[in-house]
Amino acid sequence: METVKTQDIGLNDLPWILEYRPERCTLCGSCTAACTAGAIRFERERPGNPARKAGGEEGSTPGPRVVVRQSTALERACMGCGMCEKVCPGRAIRPVRNPDHRFPIVGRAHGPIKRGGRTNLNVQRTLDAIVVGRISQMTDPALDSERHTFDLRAPLGRVMLPRELPLRVRGDSLELEESTPPVSWIYPAIFSDMSIGALSTRAWEAIALACAYLNEQCGLPVRMCSGEGGMPVRLLESEKLRYMILQIASGHFGWNRILRALPRMKADPAGVLIKIGQGAKPGDGGLLPAAKVAPHIQAIRGVPRATLHSPPNHQGLYSIEESVQKMHLSLNAAFGFRVPVAIKCAASATSVSVYNNLLRDPYKICGGFFLDGIQGGTGAANEISLDHTGHPIVSKLRDCYMAAVAQGLQGQIPLWAGGGIGMTGNAAADAFKMICLGANGVVLGKLLIQLLGCVGNEHGRCNACASGRCPTGICTQDPRLVARLDVDKGAESIVNYMLTFDSELRKLLAPVGNSSLPVGRSDALVATDKAVADKLHIQYAC
Amino acid sequence: MCRIGSIKSKAPVAPARALHLMLPQQEGHDNSGFAMVMQDLEGAFSHYKDKPLLSLACTPRGVQLVNDYMEQKGFVQIAQWVPDTARLPGLRISAMPRYVFRNYDYPEIYRYRTQEEREDLLVDTRLALRALLEENNDGYVYSFWPDVLTLKEIGDPADIATYFRLWDDDGRLEARNIVVQCRQNTNYDIVRYAAHPFFLQGYTLCANGENTFHTRNTEMQRSLHRGYIGFESDSQNFLYTLHYVLHELRWPVQYYKHVITPLPFAEMARRPDHKVLTLIRESLAHLEINGPNAIICLLPNGDMLACCDSKKLRPMVVGGDETTVAISSEVCGLNAILPDRDASRDIYPNERETIVINNNLEVRRWKQ
Repeated sequence: METVKTQDIGLNDLPWILEYRPERCTLCGSCTAACTAGAIRFERERPGNPARKAGGEEGSTPGPRVVVRQSTALERACMGCGMCEKVCPGRAIRPVRNPDHRFPIVGRAHGPIKRGGRTNLNVQRTLDAIVVGRISQMTDPALDSERHTFDLRAPLGRVMLPRELPLRVRGDSLELEESTPPVSWIYPAIFSDMSIGALSTRAWEAIALACAYLNEQCGLPVRMCSGEGGMPVRLLESEKLRYMILQIASGHFGWNRILRALPRMKADPAGVLIKIGQGAKPGDGGLLPAAKVAPHIQAIRGVPRATLHSPPNHQGLYSIEESVQKMHLSLNAAFGFRVPVAIKCAASATSVSVYNNLLRDPYKICGGFFLDGIQGGTGAANEISLDHTGHPIVSKLRDCYMAAVAQGLQGQIPLWAGGGIGMTGNAAADAFKMICLGANGVVLGKLLIQLLGCVGNEHGRCNACASGRCPTGICTQDPRLVARLDVDKGAESIVNYMLTFDSELRKLLAPVGNSSLPVGRSDALVATDKAVADKLHIQYAC
Repeated sequence: MCRIGSIKSKAPVAPARALHLMLPQQEGHDNSGFAMVMQDLEGAFSHYKDKPLLSLACTPRGVQLVNDYMEQKGFVQIAQWVPDTARLPGLRISAMPRYVFRNYDYPEIYRYRTQEEREDLLVDTRLALRALLEENNDGYVYSFWPDVLTLKEIGDPADIATYFRLWDDDGRLEARNIVVQCRQNTNYDIVRYAAHPFFLQGYTLCANGENTFHTRNTEMQRSLHRGYIGFESDSQNFLYTLHYVLHELRWPVQYYKHVITPLPFAEMARRPDHKVLTLIRESLAHLEINGPNAIICLLPNGDMLACCDSKKLRPMVVGGDETTVAISSEVCGLNAILPDRDASRDIYPNERETIVINNNLEVRRWKQ
């Protein structure tokens, strides 16, 4: 009886179990080659199993045979990505979720669990408890989403109060007397800040390609944020820089190259985004495991091969006022006060205080408040941060908007909300609702890599972004894996999705009778959950 | 849909003319009230044009409250006109017990104050009276301004006119400008304050159609001026924006249209004044309207203004002759009061236009 060792890890301890059908398997080896976790291996099956007779005739002595086996080693645990199933010509293998697994317990043997993706615990969908419920029916005409002209643009930059505008009446006209802070009117969806490093160069390139295509061929002025990892010098010195928002985070990765490229820049970037925090892991700095710090990443970021921890804070900053005075001012100055400088914070119980403080900034140099909710994604984080820290975005966005309303300052610092937008694939509906609640626009991240082919989800599937073994070539720097990703096809998926997003946004605008974005038009929404209605100050309907 | 109308004339006109403008436009159960603002008065008020005129509908207790308040603040009543109402059986009107139209002189301490201070006093007094009367539902104060009279009531417009003897053109109640509407707006509660035209510090406005940006307009306006209150009707937003742009920001009149229906970004970018227009759109984004609306405004200097929403979803026509110009939702109204005008010169303002008619009846058209 003592042959059973209680502490041994068995398949049933793992979150995914491979369902293997040997009768369909031709032992082609595709699954083992495709599996980046190293979870699948060939093994010689021990002879003596009368049910399995390899090679011999009925009744003959069973000989050894080769079979596919799942590794029980924790570091090789199947992550459920399904690449084996995708490549198997005989449909002989697929991962099956194991409801009885003990991974959260046994997986911590060698330190905190690190992974990518988004929270797997707080996946509630407040936005699905809200519907667009104020539809024009006789009181005023709904518009025609195909025929009418829609003006779907959102501001990025510091907006002035009407009384502060330097306008002088001359005759019948108003004339501008001095310059005002830069504001660009862009598409109300920004491609989120996923860095080169977190993403493979090809994945990043696919998103950048989609962004440029949407601008140049489709007339949608979508902007993309670089993430904290620098940018290719060629892009920095090209006209296409105007589609890019440069991010500076606490590690300042990539900024030596950016600063050196400044004199040779042909176009101004679309903006600068100071990242203070991230919704997926608030209070935690960026993390790029050594496995992903390939030579080209070392070159772009100017670092040796090592795990790159960005500090949790920007060094030397003690307060919001100081941040505004130092960081905002210097970054504004770096681009001659022509480029909006915005700030990104993780949604938090303190977000309203921060927003209030920024609204009082006397220099008018904070050009956007990006709020990132708990359902935001990340390329690498401790699981404990992902699942147990953060703040839902919907009510926080609403709180910030209402705080501005209370002071008559709504719209002065544009609100951009991210973190779970498009989590169920319906980004246009999510965006429309967030806009009605007070967002000027939304930020899309995870959705983009899902369009590239990422199979990760918030039910524990894959989420291997931190390991360097991303099976789709999106979140890895391993050239063999990166080769799996077709850049053009990936970009095409994003473009197609965004064109659909645009049509669907019109499909929501038209029935409420609006042709420009209904920012703060909370009367267009009703909640089917009383608590949600009360919290967001919208109508309850049942 | 509310039908709206206005008359501007070189010679004073009686309210009956405004009723003739409106009644042909009646549709179904549309006519559910009557409201008008008269400016540049003749008749009973012609000698007191520089003295603020209080327009009030209230209970007897309300009259007492107003008397006490005005006395306490030092206002001196110098004239009063109480309509001789015809309390005939069968009239469909929800009449208030008392209607009071009084001219006051400014308190003594305001004798040497600036015009601006006096204007502030008038608006603050009206707001205070409104709050006073609202406490126990004792009545409604519609306007308190020199040379401006407001009358509003719930019921059938023709019966309301009979009740106030507006059909009798006896020369007691006349004005060179009348803005009028024959529906107890709204689709919401029947509240007298919800009936347009609305008035604030010399600015009068009448509008029809839903204001689909009512919530965001209201949320913004609440913090812009103490007089931006009530919001019983979603059309009040139009008045407050008009007041804000012209009175508070002191911008030229055509910028009102740029604020409420800004040009699309692509179009703005092609204009030489794109920087100014973009700044306005940015800064006043929350005052944009985005529904189906037609708007008539009457400004303190007597200019009458008309414009429509950016998709031209509501009708409007301007027509006139040598002495009178009228604005109407439908041309049948114009045909009723100005049958001999040259109809080929009628103007149907388009979605980009602002029409301004001055006291000499010169019509200016601005293309946005």
